[in-house]
Amino acid sequence: MSVNFLISQAKNIQIVIDENAAEIEALDQNIGDGDHIFNVQRGLKLVVELENDIKNLPLQKGLNMIAMKVLSGIGGSSGALFGTFFMSMAKTPDLDKNIDFNKACEMVITGINAMKERGKADVGEKTMMDVLIPVSEKLNELKSGNTDMNEGLSEIIKIAEDRMLATKDMLATKGRASFLGERAKGHIDPGARSSQLIIDTICKSLINK
Amino acid sequence: MKKFINNVDDFLKESLNGFGKAHSDIIRVNFEPNFISRKTKTKEGKVSLISGGGSGHEPMHGGFVGHGMLDAACPGFVFSSPSPDQMIAAIEKVDCGEGVLFIVKNYSGDIMNFQMAAEMMTGPSETVLTNDDVAVEDSSFTTGRRGVAATIIVEKIVGSLAESGGSLEECKNLGNKVNKNSGSMGVAFSSCIVPAAGKPTFELRSDEMEFGVGIHGEPGRRRDKIKSAQEITNELLNAILEDLKPENKDEILLFVNGMGGTPISELYLIYDNARKMLGNKKIKIARSLVGNYCTSLEMQGASITLTKLDPELVKHWDSAVHTPAIRWGM
Repeated sequence: MSVNFLISQAKNIQIVIDENAAEIEALDQNIGDGDHIFNVQRGLKLVVELENDIKNLPLQKGLNMIAMKVLSGIGGSSGALFGTFFMSMAKTPDLDKNIDFNKACEMVITGINAMKERGKADVGEKTMMDVLIPVSEKLNELKSGNTDMNEGLSEIIKIAEDRMLATKDMLATKGRASFLGERAKGHIDPGARSSQLIIDTICKSLINK
Repeated sequence: MKKFINNVDDFLKESLNGFGKAHSDIIRVNFEPNFISRKTKTKEGKVSLISGGGSGHEPMHGGFVGHGMLDAACPGFVFSSPSPDQMIAAIEKVDCGEGVLFIVKNYSGDIMNFQMAAEMMTGPSETVLTNDDVAVEDSSFTTGRRGVAATIIVEKIVGSLAESGGSLEECKNLGNKVNKNSGSMGVAFSSCIVPAAGKPTFELRSDEMEFGVGIHGEPGRRRDKIKSAQEITNELLNAILEDLKPENKDEILLFVNGMGGTPISELYLIYDNARKMLGNKKIKIARSLVGNYCTSLEMQGASITLTKLDPELVKHWDSAVHTPAIRWGM
């Protein structure tokens, strides 16, 4: 992992999110207030625009700059959560050394744990954490095991999709959808959908390599 | 979408700029990061009150910055929480060492962002979380009730205490007391359009209303056919009274709030109907507020807030205030 890797991923993700923007917005209008997709799109745009400022920076500095940009530029829950994600990734030890697959897993796990802490949300609450926590658990398994990387990434793609779909029948207990009670049932959580798309895009790009 | 807009991306900037210029005798607007502060520096020894939240609820919160209410307000994008850098910049501008009280409506995004700001700042801070909306159930397993129009009552009353030298702890306790003594519920006749979205947040048929609607167009308790004003008023009040359970001798503040798209004349009609209903129940209305204060863009609709009063709350409600949206006693 490097700053250039992060930027190129942000560009890939931007394309996929834009393609699915109408769907995510519709999901949010069912159970939220419709701002999630704009926050995610704005955040991606800001990260991509950072390219010239950060492309030659060491990873830790690059991550911190992304974190501050995401935090201040997005606002809402997404800004706080993704800002926390990058800020915590930047705190992983030994980022100045070569980042192999295991180290990258460790960074993402650290980031997701921090998001969980910030949002005080666990699995089963109809949020993006329903996708991110199981993915983090699988990464932890891959990190310590000897599964083939491509196979592991395919499994993650599957987990993210299953968990995203599973939010449909959940009652929301966190976030704005929680105000709906039973009326939130039957709708996929928009944050779970956007997170799944992000994971899907990153994993697929790595498998293709 | 029919809105007064030049470029969607400039919506907030141009609106804030106009607000700042129009009220330059009371407030200042800072850009990047965006916050509104009083024109004059917070006086030494005074606790600073900072609120904030998504834009689209104007005049809340920027319209309540000024003598007797807030020291600063941080506006996020429309219906999106502001970010910690805005709060940190506002704190640097207004805090004079007596501590900062954050007044935050109970939404996950607002809570997280204000919490991050509290972690980043060096001085003392406390937070009052408002959750007056009785339309949604409160339970320890969920985010809980939404903070809506009573936030303004909290800002006025705590603002007065801070102005008269109340400590951070006292301000926090009074804020919690006002919140606990308040209940609100709203109803929408039409949806609202977030500028960036360009289309209505939800659909309502011409003969329908969303009962218990949130200030971002979140669905409420149920969708109903439109009824008479008196029937709607009674239902809103019954839901609030069931929650607040005022005693016979209690005096209350009756606040009829417009969501942005309903004429003031209709708000006064609701106020009249509410007085009748409360009069039948022998509940004494000691103070009143009617107008568009906690809005939801162009949504047609209204909310009612009741606050149980005591002599302390009445004193702080009546004290002098001078902000862009509320002014009396000076």
